Amino acid sequence: MAGLRVLVVELDGKPALTRLVRDVPVISVTASAALAEYLESHGLKRVAKKLSSSGVIEVVSTAAPGIDDIVVLGKLKQIERSGEYDLIVVDGPAAGHAIAFLRAARSLLDTVRSGPIRTQASEVLEMLSDPARSQVVLVTLPETTPVNELIETTYSLEEKVGVQLGPVVVNGVDEGPPLETDGSTPAPLVAAAEYRNARRALHQREVARLRESLAIEQLHLPDVVAAGLDANHIDDLADALL
Amino acid sequence: MSGRARGDSSTALVDAIGDAEVIVCCGSGGVGKTTTAASIGLHLAGLGRKVVVVTIDPAKRLADALGLAAGLTNEPQRLTLDDATGATATTGELWAMMLDTAATFDGLVKANAPSPEQAERILANPFYRNIAGALSGTQEYMAAEKLHALHGDARFETVIVDTPPTRNALDFLEAPGTLARFLDHPLFRLLMLPTRRGLKVLNVAAQPLLRTIGKVIGGDVLADAIAFFQAFEGMETGFRRRADDVMALLRSDVTRYVLVASPQEDTVEEARYFAARLHEAAVDVSALVVNRATPTFPAPSGRRTKGDAALWQNLDDLNATAATERTHLRALIREVGAAPTVWVPLLGSDVHDLASLRRISGLLFDPAEDAAGPAS
Repeated sequence: MAGLRVLVVELDGKPALTRLVRDVPVISVTASAALAEYLESHGLKRVAKKLSSSGVIEVVSTAAPGIDDIVVLGKLKQIERSGEYDLIVVDGPAAGHAIAFLRAARSLLDTVRSGPIRTQASEVLEMLSDPARSQVVLVTLPETTPVNELIETTYSLEEKVGVQLGPVVVNGVDEGPPLETDGSTPAPLVAAAEYRNARRALHQREVARLRESLAIEQLHLPDVVAAGLDANHIDDLADALL
Repeated sequence: MSGRARGDSSTALVDAIGDAEVIVCCGSGGVGKTTTAASIGLHLAGLGRKVVVVTIDPAKRLADALGLAAGLTNEPQRLTLDDATGATATTGELWAMMLDTAATFDGLVKANAPSPEQAERILANPFYRNIAGALSGTQEYMAAEKLHALHGDARFETVIVDTPPTRNALDFLEAPGTLARFLDHPLFRLLMLPTRRGLKVLNVAAQPLLRTIGKVIGGDVLADAIAFFQAFEGMETGFRRRADDVMALLRSDVTRYVLVASPQEDTVEEARYFAARLHEAAVDVSALVVNRATPTFPAPSGRRTKGDAALWQNLDDLNATAATERTHLRALIREVGAAPTVWVPLLGSDVHDLASLRRISGLLFDPAEDAAGPAS
């Protein structure tokens, strides 16, 4: 995948992302900035000015929640259409919010029958439902609750959004042969080995259960035995992924 | 060897939140927030309190953590505690529910509309259906409404709220205020004007504002919106009063905030960001729960041999990880000030039933009890 022009987009204002990727531009997309920009680029600059000066953006998205999601998705679509990048990677919202976020286009199409938001929503829906243009990569951990949540999310996405799913990424999989101890092994070594073996067994079990539940390719990222990720780890993980 | 509450007595957490009427568990995704909320609920119920745990996360974490295969509904369900607490003598109760945004909103409309006809008109309005059902953002309003209702419900002494991941959780804190601001906004008054013919003077400055909004969201949405607000006439006072009540409740000292974090560097940064936002909102963190901490293991007395090199390496790796984690957490612990920090080790097995929740409760509220055994 070397040589591609890649952009990373974060939506949550998470401070950690910029530090983790090297040599790849990271931008942040927020609803209010995206709405103002959209209006300006569609000859509605005066409208945009008026909206922000009277604080109506907040009120509009209060009255019609989901408009904030659609302008963010619209901004992503605009970046995609610009042709400046070969690949745009979006750090999406967490599972619970992700469904509502990705459904915003379809929901608004059902209710908004004219105007720029409808145009925006239908263009976004076109992008989301074209497998050549967008895919959703779900990420989970090899533990019971995250795996249950991932299965649930997959069904919702297929039913309610109709977006193409890429491979599932299982993050932090601790793999390795069981550590063997015997009667003469000092107690702390036994405790540490038992702890590690139990973790590995759990991971193995959950990965197998995920495979049985979903016929989707799995990519495993290794458990980095250190508490913090840095850019070097990200490079290693990227190699494992691509 | 693990799960010790460093520098705190074992009663630290119960002192910090035991008498709270509302406990808000907040933090970023994947840090065990839901498990923590459920474990706190289990322990307080064991102490005799009548507790309800409510999740506003559409994901099924709470049902999973409580081992409820059938899932949770918008109405609190009482859990059978006998096998979990081992004590049948307790007068405490544990209830759990998952917020259903649309059902809650419909219920409020029905309960507050002056007539069944008005309720029907609102429920059938496309703009209302859009707000109530499909779109994100409404759930924070309804969470606030639900919190208000549960706090006033005589069945419960403690309401534990499990908030969704960071961005939404902050919305949750601000939702009641946003609603109040909306009701005070000239736009809302303008939308209400057609029914208030007594006010014959249209605000000249505001009229183009309405047209402007029509340009953005579409004229028909605006028409639906106006029809909705007309139908809403007379009900806004109740919504505003409850919003004000919840704002006051979220800032009073009967409400405690438990910040949940895990020791990974990126989630610690999010927790610090969250602590800062809570501070801005003028609320204190009552306790910090550090979940998923790697346990530490004491150095064995014997010498390394060739045969057990892999075992030594494993112990060294785990201890090195634990040490790095503690380094990452230092600033966060300093920033939450006087609030006690409770450590819960990354367990060898997963938490997804009442029995394993009970184990977490033990680690949270009586860390010494578990300190003797290995975390497996």
